Amino acid sequence: MLAIFIKRILFAIPVLLAVASITFFLIKMAPGGPFDADRAVSPQVLKNLNEAYNLDASNWEQYIDYMSGLLQGDLGPSFRFPGRSVTEMIGTGLPVTFELAFYAILIALFMGVLSGVLAALKRNTYLDFIPMAIAMIGICVPTFLMGPLLVLIFGINLEILPVSGWGQLPGDKILPSLTLGFAYAAYIARLSRGGMLEVLNQDFIRTARAKGLTERMIVIKHAMQGGLIPVVSFLGPAIAGLLAGSFVVETIFQIPGLGRFYVEAAFNRDYTMILGTTIFFSAMIVFFNLMSDLAALWLNPRSRDVS
Amino acid sequence: MNKILSVFPITLIFLFSCSENITPVDAGLEKQIYHHGNGSEPQGIDPHIVTGVPEHHILISLCEGLTIPNPDPNDENGYMAGTAESWSISEDGKEYIFKINENAKWSNGDPVTAADFVWSWKRILTPSLGSQYPDMLYYLEGAMEYHTYIDPKDELPELRQLAEKQYGLQKPLLDDLYELKNKEIRLLTTLDVERIQDLEKRLSSIQAVLNDIQAEINYLSMLKDERPSFDTVGVKAIDTHTLKVNLKNPTPFFLGLLSHYSTWPVHKETVLKFGDIDDRNGEWTRPGNFVCNGPFQLKSWELNNKIIVEKNPHYYDASMVRLNEIHYYPVSNVMTEDRMFRAGQLHLTSTLPSQKCPIYIEENPNLRIDPYMGTYFYRINTENETLSDVRVRKALAYSIDRKLLVDKVTKCGQIPAYSFTPPGTNGYQPNTEIPFDPILAKSLLQEAGYSETNPFPKLEILFNTNEDHRKLALAVQQMWQVNLGIEVELVNQDWKVYLNREMIGDFQISRAGWIGDYEDPNTFLDLMRPNRGNNKTGWEDMEYDALVEKANTINNQSERYDLLYKAEEILIENMPIIPLYTYVRAYQLSSDVKGFSPHILDHHHPKFIYLERD
Repeated sequence: MLAIFIKRILFAIPVLLAVASITFFLIKMAPGGPFDADRAVSPQVLKNLNEAYNLDASNWEQYIDYMSGLLQGDLGPSFRFPGRSVTEMIGTGLPVTFELAFYAILIALFMGVLSGVLAALKRNTYLDFIPMAIAMIGICVPTFLMGPLLVLIFGINLEILPVSGWGQLPGDKILPSLTLGFAYAAYIARLSRGGMLEVLNQDFIRTARAKGLTERMIVIKHAMQGGLIPVVSFLGPAIAGLLAGSFVVETIFQIPGLGRFYVEAAFNRDYTMILGTTIFFSAMIVFFNLMSDLAALWLNPRSRDVS
Repeated sequence: MNKILSVFPITLIFLFSCSENITPVDAGLEKQIYHHGNGSEPQGIDPHIVTGVPEHHILISLCEGLTIPNPDPNDENGYMAGTAESWSISEDGKEYIFKINENAKWSNGDPVTAADFVWSWKRILTPSLGSQYPDMLYYLEGAMEYHTYIDPKDELPELRQLAEKQYGLQKPLLDDLYELKNKEIRLLTTLDVERIQDLEKRLSSIQAVLNDIQAEINYLSMLKDERPSFDTVGVKAIDTHTLKVNLKNPTPFFLGLLSHYSTWPVHKETVLKFGDIDDRNGEWTRPGNFVCNGPFQLKSWELNNKIIVEKNPHYYDASMVRLNEIHYYPVSNVMTEDRMFRAGQLHLTSTLPSQKCPIYIEENPNLRIDPYMGTYFYRINTENETLSDVRVRKALAYSIDRKLLVDKVTKCGQIPAYSFTPPGTNGYQPNTEIPFDPILAKSLLQEAGYSETNPFPKLEILFNTNEDHRKLALAVQQMWQVNLGIEVELVNQDWKVYLNREMIGDFQISRAGWIGDYEDPNTFLDLMRPNRGNNKTGWEDMEYDALVEKANTINNQSERYDLLYKAEEILIENMPIIPLYTYVRAYQLSSDVKGFSPHILDHHHPKFIYLERD
């Protein structure tokens, strides 16, 4: 397993470098620059600005410059926010996005696994149909609709929760976490139901039953370990998706997370910020995929033997 | 287990909602904390670097210029005394002597002096700072010359590089020649001789180029540095509290200009502590470092979350300031902002979801619609073959029913525009007309040579991706199709792509808007002069240019306006832009907020604002 780990980490380095290079030249190809504004500046001022940010050098020189900075861990200054470095901006947004993603994944796991396992055990009863119908809705209703709906009900009509903010007013973290968590809970519910159904029909479960174990023991100790492998494999991409995709929820709920920086940087043509966040998110995706692969390997006795 | 499942989210909610529900707006009343919805995260708070409205809202509480915006909408001047308590203007309107308030202090207690203003203006005019608003001070004597001076010696490195390149070309040729010449004569073939001749020819031409470059380098190196010193710029500190400003021309709107943040002072010692005069990235604007002279001082700044400013005890008029804190929220999503206002989290919104305006007009007492000095218009690319014909441009303008646009499309109190400058700014009343006359429009199009046998080519309206722009463009498309029978295509682009296409002239008709920087028609009419970066239409009219130029040399306001009216007429007669409507400021304001009155540029000095419940 250690060998796999090291191999994957080593493989990630060229992947990230490729991501950085491709992003760099894609950005340069996009029309419009960081200093284009409604009130166009004089050519003189534009020249001064380009000089200040080394944008007057050739693309190739800028590329070399950026990559050598990157290898030393320097992501450069933000173009949009003078006086702030990209590292600093990622540093402020990241803890918030992580916290949001953490709550969301907890909610998703709790709701998803519980209802999925239950549905599998009580197959073809109302305990199966109702949670699965809700899960279908959860998959279909996008967060940008779910968020405002929850706000409308709990924030504006019932007036029991704040409609926006993060750590500003008591309870303001509930609605965003629920909104983000719900979409993933739905997937997890369907995955865990499918996984459980498959496992529950297998021979070793029959053996366990024959041994006279209680139903509870069978489910928790034997069935869930195998039945939840699909969920675990899904968690890696899900966490990466939660992080990078938290933009919508962060915007709806006015949360100062990284997702908003990411998307706004693209709109602003904040070159270094786009690069920095893209590289960072790529690293996250690689990392969490690796983690979930390792966890799935560890859970699955067959693949454990192979490796 | 199913019970736990259903109970879980509900418990979670009630767990947090046990506390009594006091909204920030309710709580703010007692503590005089004002919650301000502020559009987007500000770029920064360095008044010489940032541009934009959210930045202005924050800066107006942190720093103060010589004049401040006047809260009285009935006063004919949009400005009043700020850090300068009084001033006198010479008879020819070119010399201003400002008396700086002797109690004016920086937020660290240092006195604000005339020299602070001189240094601050020097900073914004320093080219390497890359400020985007230096032209606000170009009205000063020598300011433009100081800012735009190009040192001929700047070319030297480039010339040296060129010379290097030529030497590089020369080297292999010389080597070849050397080799050939060292051959024994009896071994030389005719081919070699030809080659020697050829090489010598090429070498001599390279030498000629090199000589030219060298001569240029020698000439430039001999030049003295003639960069104008800042002494040539028309701003001087006569004594600690007296500032003398000399203008190129009498500029009647100069005092209004001074309430724009680009002319505000910065604290020299603080700026220099964190970098040079031209450092864009100095950390002097961080909480704890930031020093300025406004009614409030920076308390905290959480990126994308909120900025808090608190009352500045050193402010000269601190007794007048009733708010204790202002919290600025960078809410870029208008729907979120609307929900925050409804839930009592904001006193003021930066804007309104436009589709809600018609409903709010009926039933929302918190809705405010104020006049605003801005024009929504269509820019025409006059360099386009079809659109270079003024008859075509007029036909397009005359076939738009502006009243219908504001009544049925924008629906938020906007006013149909028949001139470029919004009428009524500072007593300016242009009498231009743009008729809605489809018959005249159609005949103009025929005159221009378009008929059934020679149909009008397809037109394209370019706009940045936004639902409101699309709706308006759809309406205009319909009007042109029905009234002129021409085919129109709508093209929407990402903001930066749209700006880029406008800039390089890759458009036919593009949506545009312009908000005045100061309260004078010049902020609009100057835009359409030739060589102005924001003209973007390719339209150049020397008579127009001369009129606007001349108007700025005249001190008498009514004489000046007569010239500008003529310019406005020329503009509407040539129609390089099609004015559509005059903007309004639509927003929501809590009834607790007092002392907040409409201002044509939407500038509100926070020292007049306080919270009180009726």
